[in-house]
Amino acid sequence: MISLEWVKDYIDISDEDLYELAVKITETGINVEKVITNKIDNLVVGKVIKCIPHPDSDHLKICQVDIKSEVLQIVCGAPNVKEGIKVIVALPGAVLPGNFSIKSSKIRGIESNGMICALFELGLEEKTDENYAKGIEILGDNAVIGSDPLVYLGIEDTIYELDIHKHRNNDCYYHIGFAYEIAAVLNKKVKLPDLSYNESEDNVNNYFKLEVKTDKCPYYLAKMVTNVEIKESPDFIKKRLLSVGMRPINNVVDISNYVMLEYGQPLHFFDKDTLGDKILVRDAKNEEKIVTLDGKERMLKDSDIVITDGEKPVCIAGVMGGQNTEVIETTKNILIESAIFDSVSIRYTASRLNLKSEASIRYGKGLSYEYTNMAINRACHLLEKYANATILSGIVSHDKIDKQPKTVEFYPIDVDKMLGIKIDEKDMKRELERLDFPYTIDNGKFIVTIPNRRLDIDSNINDIAEEIGRLYGYQKIVSTQPNVSIRCGKYVGDVKYRKEISKRLRSLGLNEVKTYTLISPSMSDIFDYEEKENIHLPNPMSVDKSIIRTSLLPSLLNVYNYNKTRKVNDINIYEIAKIYDKNYVEESKIAFLMSGKYIFNSWKESINVDFYLIKGIVENILDYLGFKNRYSFIKSDVKDLHPGISADILLDHNRIGILGRIHPKICKDEVFVCEISLNSLMSKVKPIKYKELSKYPSINKDVSFIVDKDITSEQIEKVIKSSGGRLLTNVEVFDVYVGNNLKENQKSIAYSLTFNDPNRTLNEKEIMILFNKIIKEVETKLNAELRDK
Amino acid sequence: MNLEELKKSMIEKLNNIEQLQTSDEKNLANEDLKEEVVKQLDKLNSIKNDFILKLNEVSNMKEINDIRIEFLGKKGPITELYSLIGSFDNEQKKQFGKLINNFKSTTTNVIEQFIKYFKEEEINQKLASEQIDISLPATKVSVGVPHVLEKLIEEIEEIFISMGYDVVDGPEVEKDLYNFEMLNIPKGHPARDAQDTFYIEGEEILLRSQTSPVQVRTMLKSLGKEPIRMICPGKTYRRDDDDATHSHQFVQIEGLLVDKDISLSDLKGTIDNVVKKLFSEDIKTRFRPSYYQFTEPSVEVDISCFNCKGKGCNICKNTGWITIAGAGIVHPNVLSMSGYDPKVWSGFAFGFGAERMAMLKYDINDLRVFYNTDLREIKIFDRKELNNND
Repeated sequence: MISLEWVKDYIDISDEDLYELAVKITETGINVEKVITNKIDNLVVGKVIKCIPHPDSDHLKICQVDIKSEVLQIVCGAPNVKEGIKVIVALPGAVLPGNFSIKSSKIRGIESNGMICALFELGLEEKTDENYAKGIEILGDNAVIGSDPLVYLGIEDTIYELDIHKHRNNDCYYHIGFAYEIAAVLNKKVKLPDLSYNESEDNVNNYFKLEVKTDKCPYYLAKMVTNVEIKESPDFIKKRLLSVGMRPINNVVDISNYVMLEYGQPLHFFDKDTLGDKILVRDAKNEEKIVTLDGKERMLKDSDIVITDGEKPVCIAGVMGGQNTEVIETTKNILIESAIFDSVSIRYTASRLNLKSEASIRYGKGLSYEYTNMAINRACHLLEKYANATILSGIVSHDKIDKQPKTVEFYPIDVDKMLGIKIDEKDMKRELERLDFPYTIDNGKFIVTIPNRRLDIDSNINDIAEEIGRLYGYQKIVSTQPNVSIRCGKYVGDVKYRKEISKRLRSLGLNEVKTYTLISPSMSDIFDYEEKENIHLPNPMSVDKSIIRTSLLPSLLNVYNYNKTRKVNDINIYEIAKIYDKNYVEESKIAFLMSGKYIFNSWKESINVDFYLIKGIVENILDYLGFKNRYSFIKSDVKDLHPGISADILLDHNRIGILGRIHPKICKDEVFVCEISLNSLMSKVKPIKYKELSKYPSINKDVSFIVDKDITSEQIEKVIKSSGGRLLTNVEVFDVYVGNNLKENQKSIAYSLTFNDPNRTLNEKEIMILFNKIIKEVETKLNAELRDK
Repeated sequence: MNLEELKKSMIEKLNNIEQLQTSDEKNLANEDLKEEVVKQLDKLNSIKNDFILKLNEVSNMKEINDIRIEFLGKKGPITELYSLIGSFDNEQKKQFGKLINNFKSTTTNVIEQFIKYFKEEEINQKLASEQIDISLPATKVSVGVPHVLEKLIEEIEEIFISMGYDVVDGPEVEKDLYNFEMLNIPKGHPARDAQDTFYIEGEEILLRSQTSPVQVRTMLKSLGKEPIRMICPGKTYRRDDDDATHSHQFVQIEGLLVDKDISLSDLKGTIDNVVKKLFSEDIKTRFRPSYYQFTEPSVEVDISCFNCKGKGCNICKNTGWITIAGAGIVHPNVLSMSGYDPKVWSGFAFGFGAERMAMLKYDINDLRVFYNTDLREIKIFDRKELNNND
C-alpha cells in the first residue's frame, strides 16, 4: 500500500490526476491494482450538546448533535458517548464501507437521523473486538463543527494497492522507491528526506561491542540513542501509518515502522539497558529457545539467524524481536539495528515459525545497503525530533557487503534487436535519465551504472532493454514474424496417441471429461486393481484432495454420480490422463464409463449399453490402432468389478487394461467401465497394405454345438479355427441359446463358417469333409454335441 | 398422366397406323385376290376396333394382361392374320406383311405402356400406404463432445502446428529443479510466493505449478544445438481453494521458440497470428511491461475486446482490453542453464491460461464448470465454428 500524500514528500505530483497517474504507472510495469480514496460523502463534525438515556434500553442514548446547519437527534449505543464531545456524524445518505447506507429511522420507537461513527466503521481501522470496545471516535476540541472530519483527521488520502505477486524486487513497496518509479514515469526528480541530527560526544563504541559470527549477515549497523521520551506520535506519523493500514502505537515504535515504509529497510530497536553491552550475531543452535515479542516461546534451528547478547538470543534476526529486550514505556536508552540478512534464510525461518511480517517480507526480498545506511540516520533524525533523544556519536558496524556497482555495457543495436524496433540514441539517453541511471558513452557503447536500489537489475542486455523499452513504450512495438526456417509442426510422442484415441472415442459417442488428479482416501480405495501405491501429499489443502490417483475410474464414477443425481441417465464419458505411483512412475491411462442408452430413441427401441457394447468400443480402438489379432479378453475377477462380468484385456499376451461392470456394492446401477494403459498401446504396428478380395466364391456352413456352460465361445472358436486350417476364412457366432430342450448346465452356440480359397473354386465335397472334421474335433476336444443332428 | 389420358393417347396412336388402300392399283394388280385382300383388311380393321374397344375398358394389370394374351397370344387374331397371307403374291405379301408387322408392334408397344402404367400405379399405391409421420423425434446418433478446454486447446494447437511448432508433453509430478531452479527461481526466492506449490517430497519433488518446466526439458533434450519451436498444453497445480475464479488444478498452454535474433516484436507477431485465428481478424494485441523470473523483458499480453471491439463491456471490465497471456524474451540465465549459449541463441516464451481463454471465449463465469462436467451443459460444444474466423 502506497500513500500518495506521503509520496508527495519526495516528488512533486501536486498537479497530477492520481487516477491517470495510476494508469501511467501500470502501463510502465508496476501494477496498481486498486486506487483507494478515503473520501466519504455526507460526513460532518458534530458536537453532542445533550445526551440522555433511551427510555426503552439499558445502553442506548438519545443525543442531540449540533452539525452547524441544524441539530440532529441521533440514537447511539457507544459506551463513551457523552455531552460536550465532538464526534464524526454520518448523515442520512452517507454510504459507509461495506455498502452500508445511513438512513433516518426509529430505534426502539425513538427517531434517529444519522450515526455517530467509530474509526472502524469508516474503514480506517480493522473491525476488531478491541476497536469495537473503544466505541466512537472522539475528535479534538479544535475540530470545526460542520466540517469534513476526514480532512480534520488528515487521512483524506489516495492509496495505491500494488500487485505484490509481480516479481520485481521490493523497490516499489516503500515510498521512496515508489517515488523513483513515479519520477521515471513523469520525468521528474526525487528529493530525499532530511537525515541530519546532532550527536553527543559520547561514542556508541564505548558501550557496545559487535561480533558477527555468521556469513548470513553481510551488513550490520547499530547506533545508540539515550533519554528517549516515549509518548504519542506526532499527527503526521499517525495519519500516514493509519492510511497505509498500520496502527500507531507510540512514537518510538511508529518511527521504526515509518522509516521502514520510507526506505524499505526494517529496523529493530533494543532496550539498551536490558540488552547489555554486547551484540553477537550468529547462527542459532538447534532447539535453542526464545520468547518473542508476542509472548510465545519459539524453538530455533541452526538454519536461523539470531541476535544475542553474547549468550542468550535477544532477537530472531529479521523475523521478530525477543521479549527480553523489548522497548517498553519505561525504556530510556535504545540501540537501533539496521542490517541486511541472508534473504533466503529469513524467508525459511519466517515461514517455518509462521511469522511473516512486513519486516520479514522485506528482508526476504533483499535490501539495498545504501538504504540500510540512510534508514538508521533517518531514524536518529526522527527520534531526536519527536522523542527528544540524544544521539551518541559513532556507529557500530560489520561490513562485508560488495559495494562494487553493477554496470551494463551495450550498443544501441543490441537493445533494438531485442525489442524488434529502432530506438533513437537520443531516446535511449532520455529513458536512462528518467530512470536516474548514470551512464557514459564510449565510441557508441553505453556504459550504464545500475543504482543500488534496483536490486532486480542484472548486468545483462535483457534487463536494460526492458527498462528502456517499458519507458519508451511497449505500445510502439510492432508485429513481425520470426525469421526462422520452415518446418512441419507435429504432435510428439504420447500426445499423438492421446489425440488420436481421443478423436476416435468421441466418434464412438463418448464425451470427454476432465477431473481432478488429487482425490480423497475413499476414492483411492476403489478400483485400485493394480495395487499401485499412491503418493500422499504431505501438506494437502484438504483430505478431499490429498492423494494422487492411480486410476481414473473413481473420478469417472464421481462424474457419473454427479450427473445421475441431476437426472441424466445416459452417461458415456471418457478421460485420458496421467497417473503417478509412489515411485513417481508416470503412466497415461484411457478410461471410459458407459451406462444407460448408447443409441437413444424416445419412442421406439434404443440400444442399451452392456458388456458387449463396451467390449466393442475396446475392439474398435484396438483395431483402429492396428492391433487386430494381437489382443484378447480373458475372464478375470477384477477388484471392484462384478465378478461374473469382468475381464482383462491382453495385448500380445500382456495385460493392458480391464473392463467390466462396476461391482453392485460400489454402484448399484448397471455401469460399465474400462481402463487401458496408453503407454502399452504405443508399440509398433504393421503398415496398412491393400488386400485384394478373393475372386472365387466362398462356401458357408452353419453349425450349432451344445456345450457345457463353462465352455467359452473363445475355446470353441479356437478349436474350429485350428482344425479348419487355411481354407476357413471366417467364424462368426450367430446364435446363443439356453433354456428349453437343453440341460440346465448346457448352452448352445451356433457358428457360421466361411470357406474360401483365393486361387480356385472350392468344391462342395472337399468342404464337407473339412466341415465334418471340424465338428468331430469340437465334439471330442470340448465334449460338445451337435445340435439338430 | 392418368389412365384416361393414357387411353386417349394410345387409341390415337392406334388410329394413326398407316392403312393399305384397296384402291391402290399397284397393290391390287391381281384382280383374283382383290376380294381376299379387302377381306383381310376388313379383318385387321375389325381386330383393331375390337382392341380399341377392349382397351377403352381396361382398368388394371390383370385386364391388360388378359388383353395381351387375347390379341398377341399364339392363337390370337394377329397371329392368325399372318397365316392368311400365304396365298398372296410376293408384292402383296410384302405390303401386307409390313402392315401386320406395324400393327403388331404398335399393339405390343401400347400394351407395354399400359403394363408400365399399372406397375407404377401399383408402386405408387404401395408407397402411399407407407407414409410416416416425419415430425416424430429422431433416433439420437450422437458423437462424443470434446471437453471445453480440450476444444480450445485443439484450436490453439492447430494454429501453432501450422506455424511449425511441435506439441509436446511433460510430467505433472516434477522436480523442483525444472519447475523453479532452472527457470531462474532459486530456492527461497520471493517469486515462489506467487505460486503456492504442492510439494511431494521435501523441496525436491512437487506437482508442477506451471508448464514452464517443459521449456527446460525441451531445451535439455535438444542439447543446445537445435532451434526449438514447441507448445505444451498441460495440467498445473497450485494451493488455491476452489471457487468461481480459483482452482487448485488448471491448464496452462506453454510456448517456447528458441532460434537466432528473436525479438519482442516477433513475439507480438506470433501472438497476433494466434488471436486473429482464435477470435477474429480485427483483434489487436498490446504489450504491457511485467515481471517474470524466466523472461526478460517480460510482458503481459492484452487483446482488444472481441466482444465490444474496444468500446467497453462486462467482459473487458470497460477497459476495451483483456489480458490473455504472460510472455517475454527468454532470460539469458535460463538459456545458459539449459545448455543454450545466450550469445548465440535467443527466444521467446509465453503462457496462456486455458480456463481463462475458454471463459472469455464462451462466456463462462465459473471455473468449476470445467471440472464438474454436467453432461447437459456440454452438448453445445459439439460444434465447429467455421464461419467465425478466416
